[in-house]
Amino acid sequence: MARGRPGLTGALVTAAVPLGFLAVFFVWPVLAIIRLGGGGGVAAVLSSSDTWRVVEFTVGQAAAATAVAVLTGLPVAFLLARTALRGHTLVRAVVMVPFVLPTVVVGLAFRSLLGGGALPIILANAFFNVAVVARTVAALWSHVDRRAEDAARSLGAGRARTFFSVTFPALRPAVFSSAAVVFLFCATSFGVVLLLGGGEYSTLETEIYLRTVQLFDLPGAAALSLLQVTSVIAVLVIGAVLRRRSTTLNLRVDTARRPRGGEWFVVAAAYAVVIALLVPIISLVAKSSFNGFKALAGTGFRGSLQITGWDAALNSVKAATYATLLALALGVVACVALVTLSRTRARPSLVESIDTALMLPLGVSAVTVGFGYLITLDKLPGDLRTSPMLVPLAQALVVTPLVIRTLLPVLRSIDSRLRQAAATLGASPWRVWREVDIPLASRSFIAATAFAYAVALGEFGATSFLARPDSATLPVVIGRLVSRPGELNNQMAYAACALLMLVTTAIVIAVDRLGTVGEF
Amino acid sequence: MLRIEGLTVRYGRTTAVREVDLEIADGEVLALLGPSGCGKSTLLRGIAGLEQADGVVAWDGTDLAGTPVHRRGFGLVFQDGQLFPHRDVAGNVAFGLKMAGLPKEPRVGELLDLVGLNDYGKRKVTELSGGEQQRVALARALAPNPRLLLLDEPLSALDRSLREQLAVDLSRLLRAGNSTALVVTHDHDEAFTLADRVAIMRQGEIVQSGSPEEVWRYPVDEDTARFLGCSTFIDGEVSGNAVTTEFGEVELSAEDGPVRLGLRPAALKTGGEHPGIVTAAVHRRDHVRITVKSATREVEATAPIGVQPGAVVGLRLDPDGMAVVGQRRRPR
Repeated sequence: MARGRPGLTGALVTAAVPLGFLAVFFVWPVLAIIRLGGGGGVAAVLSSSDTWRVVEFTVGQAAAATAVAVLTGLPVAFLLARTALRGHTLVRAVVMVPFVLPTVVVGLAFRSLLGGGALPIILANAFFNVAVVARTVAALWSHVDRRAEDAARSLGAGRARTFFSVTFPALRPAVFSSAAVVFLFCATSFGVVLLLGGGEYSTLETEIYLRTVQLFDLPGAAALSLLQVTSVIAVLVIGAVLRRRSTTLNLRVDTARRPRGGEWFVVAAAYAVVIALLVPIISLVAKSSFNGFKALAGTGFRGSLQITGWDAALNSVKAATYATLLALALGVVACVALVTLSRTRARPSLVESIDTALMLPLGVSAVTVGFGYLITLDKLPGDLRTSPMLVPLAQALVVTPLVIRTLLPVLRSIDSRLRQAAATLGASPWRVWREVDIPLASRSFIAATAFAYAVALGEFGATSFLARPDSATLPVVIGRLVSRPGELNNQMAYAACALLMLVTTAIVIAVDRLGTVGEF
Repeated sequence: MLRIEGLTVRYGRTTAVREVDLEIADGEVLALLGPSGCGKSTLLRGIAGLEQADGVVAWDGTDLAGTPVHRRGFGLVFQDGQLFPHRDVAGNVAFGLKMAGLPKEPRVGELLDLVGLNDYGKRKVTELSGGEQQRVALARALAPNPRLLLLDEPLSALDRSLREQLAVDLSRLLRAGNSTALVVTHDHDEAFTLADRVAIMRQGEIVQSGSPEEVWRYPVDEDTARFLGCSTFIDGEVSGNAVTTEFGEVELSAEDGPVRLGLRPAALKTGGEHPGIVTAAVHRRDHVRITVKSATREVEATAPIGVQPGAVVGLRLDPDGMAVVGQRRRPR
């Protein structure tokens, strides 16, 4: 009765759907951009000292921002994982809100607080990503058995010694894997650098944008894209390796308790971080005025925009809705394929490669992708470049990895024997999904939906490249308003920021009750 | 009736189960007994259809090669319950009935009665103790009336007193329902409590099968005897109804001639005439397990409570703890 591997073929076919989407709407445009550059340009760009100054600043600011995010994220992770105190829900929400805030909103907030420059860029990038470190590390920390630390203490190790020799090694996979993701986000961050860098500071991402849009130096832009794609893949692979090491821990221990002694210092540090995160948020709200909200009904100072603020808001809602639906479809299909593959005893390296490939859009320049669309998508039937679906497509590409990262861990954590129990009770493979996987993952599914929606709503890089003036979304409109003179434009921009922030905050608070999102 | 012929399960290059032949008659409870890693759980999973296997698994003469797990009608109970966390107790028990399109009542109530959890229907399964979870898992597997019940170490996750209690309950349940069942376990007490017949498995192969008493008294080889608790092996000479050994003569039914004997600690008791010195003593529930050094060898024996290391004791044989190695014939 030697049977083949039932399900393997099906799973591979299923996996082909998101991978195909990735190929057409990501790999192809990116490759087209790179090819556009041609071979000669690459050498010229790579040997230029300007290029390496940009690389240096990109890596430097990303490393600094990652360090800040890790150092501030760890006390918050301790607070959430190890202490039984009131107000954790609020802390989780405050930490999570920055992660989904539109980059232009954050850029504007930091500009109004600190002006432009390298330090504001670093702080703003760290501001976004404290959540990634805090939540990823907290998720692991709350499952690390406290008794190992107790044992170390009883063997004569002091607090610091215990932390560095017992606690930190246990947390290392989560710390490194979240740091890798944060580094990626910071190195490719666009809106923040554009708003805070002025003409002075640019990263690879903004340099690509400047060269394509303003200097029409396509070979240069292509060469920089190539450089960026290569480094992003390298970081992703490292992240994947670190994630794999973290999957072996599976303890469920209740480790939270009232802090004692020196732990209160850590708790105080965590609260200080939370307050620091609130400063830009509150300052933005404080800057928005009634006049600004009134101005949203118009098109700005002397018609700076082609549409009113409310039209832009409506565009945002529409685009984000389509993008979310698309991302959910792709994300769910990808998760089903990945879970089925790992159940059919497919080679783990195959599953991991697909997993990593699907994460690629997280780190590759949204600008590169947006520009790539413009030069490739006319070759597809029904020229997509003029389609209203263009922006949602690009947003879906950015958001799908987040859906996968929210849903996949939950599906993977379902014991395969639970499914086998259902099968022996007469449930067909499809019925097993319906009776076991779907009910158990439903909360995470709703969380992923809301999370995806919030991020799509705030997407700036690709959208700013692809949206036409009459189909601009709110973040794009904000970007345009702050680049034009006029007090009315400023007021309008702040009002739009406050509006976006309100919506995303409401989503985050609602989602927090549903499940964990944003763990890498 | 379940019939297995030449069943082989491979993981890559390792062969977990090798050419196993096995039959389970209707209403029979077979225990598959072996040390951890011997392939017994894999064999069970192969029968359930959860592992790809070569060979034949047939029910009443029909090969099940093309029958997927969910159409085999084999119930399965895991070591740790694997209850559906999003369903209450009744919802778990009703699952199989729902899949088969059968009415829930009165079957669910009957089964909860049967496992002694009649008022538990609305409870969350996450709030149950380990023993209660296993009872629900059993009720859930029994509900759709499986033609074969597969139990994978059903009691191993429980603590000892609960395990002994549940083993008796489980035995009663299996007899009451006249169930055909395969129990995988590494615990011989459990196997002998539950089963009509015991199959011993080692390194992917079944080395012996027979009634609990037969397997206990006549293990097929020294490894099997060792797995069944024999710690000392001696030679003897059978003549008539008695065997003569270095520890004296004792009643035994085996073929006349030389014989290899496996001695469990209970086979050597104090109060005899073969002297030795106690080198270690460990308290058990109602006796002391002692290590005794005699002129020729060191053996495990049992003594009344109170014996201390250093004491000199005389050993004698007790046929209860003895096994005859390598004689598959069941002597009169």
